[in-house]
Amino acid sequence: MKEKQRPLSPFMIGPYYRPQLTSILSLTHRATGIFLSIVGAPLLLWWISAVSNGPEAYDAFLVFMGGWIGQLNLLACLFSLSFHSLNGVRHLIWDTGRALDLRSVYVTGWVVLAGTVVSTAILMGLLL
Amino acid sequence: MAEFQLPKNSRITKGKNFPAPGGATNTKTFRVYRWNPDDDNNPSIDTYEIDLDSCGPMVLDAMIKIKNEIDATLTFRRSCREGICGSCAMNIDGINTLACIQPITEIKGAVKIYPLPHLPVVKDLVPDMDHFYAQYAAIRPWIRTQSAAPSDSERLQSKEDRAKLDGSYECILCACCSTACPSYWWNSERYLGPAILLQAHRWLVDSRDEATGERLDELDDPFKLYRCHTIMNCTSTCPKGLNPAKAIAEIKIMLINRRGI
Repeated sequence: MKEKQRPLSPFMIGPYYRPQLTSILSLTHRATGIFLSIVGAPLLLWWISAVSNGPEAYDAFLVFMGGWIGQLNLLACLFSLSFHSLNGVRHLIWDTGRALDLRSVYVTGWVVLAGTVVSTAILMGLLL
Repeated sequence: MAEFQLPKNSRITKGKNFPAPGGATNTKTFRVYRWNPDDDNNPSIDTYEIDLDSCGPMVLDAMIKIKNEIDATLTFRRSCREGICGSCAMNIDGINTLACIQPITEIKGAVKIYPLPHLPVVKDLVPDMDHFYAQYAAIRPWIRTQSAAPSDSERLQSKEDRAKLDGSYECILCACCSTACPSYWWNSERYLGPAILLQAHRWLVDSRDEATGERLDELDDPFKLYRCHTIMNCTSTCPKGLNPAKAIAEIKIMLINRRGI
């Protein structure tokens, strides 16, 4: 009898495995980190070079950031920065062996989410 | 590498429907993953309607009822029916747990039952656990000593040292935690996963074991240990209420501490 290729049991979060605060925050941590690298850092570099390249260059930067695409990116960057920093602190606390019981994991998770909303709102308010 | 899709031969199709017997008033729908190695079909989901008035309280009771009364071809592992053997671990309602201690009434809507995630399927709800057991064997989960055994007694342990094993020895190796871990789904060929690392920790903290350094050497590896990213799906799913994520964090701390940082 020929050896049969066995199917892989279904695993994907969402359709087969229930999304939970544990996995969703971990996923968000990674996604915000990637977003900050590929969008946030280039925008920051553009800002710094615009500052050093004189008024015309800086105006061009301001025009882009004032448009809705710029504003949307700014909001996403500030959200990512807030979440990634706050959740990063959560990871540092875990690395010391603390707050690893399920209850603390959920409490700190919701605190990070609430803190992200507040921090994003404050930063956006400062920059508008 | 992270994958987000099932291979072609694993995509799920619609299966058969087994309606409740006439006259049943208190029914519950069970949607169960099926795959038969003896034909060439893809996996499918069969739907069974169960009369709860003539069924035991746990999901495993319903599965045994299906096998006895409705469809004898349904295949699954079970043994102790009291949460101590770990055989009936499966993905129920989107969470890995033991079918024998999962009450049916705790589940809203239809009860969806899949095999433990991201494992090769042998048949229906029976996954291939060989790799998982091989990883367990790889940590050499037994006492390793240099000193001669006491001639007139066992190797003794104080109550305090014995208490350090609490939270580890209760593990029944059902693999719920490892197969709930996205990192294990994507790196299981090299990452040991939460269940095995919890056992690795159990031997690291055992006061009678004399190979702590050697065990730490074996674990100090970017994949074996450090693919744990503290996602915490393991702890959230453990049907025995254990905390593999904390054990893994403690192994990481032991590795840092012995570097004297």
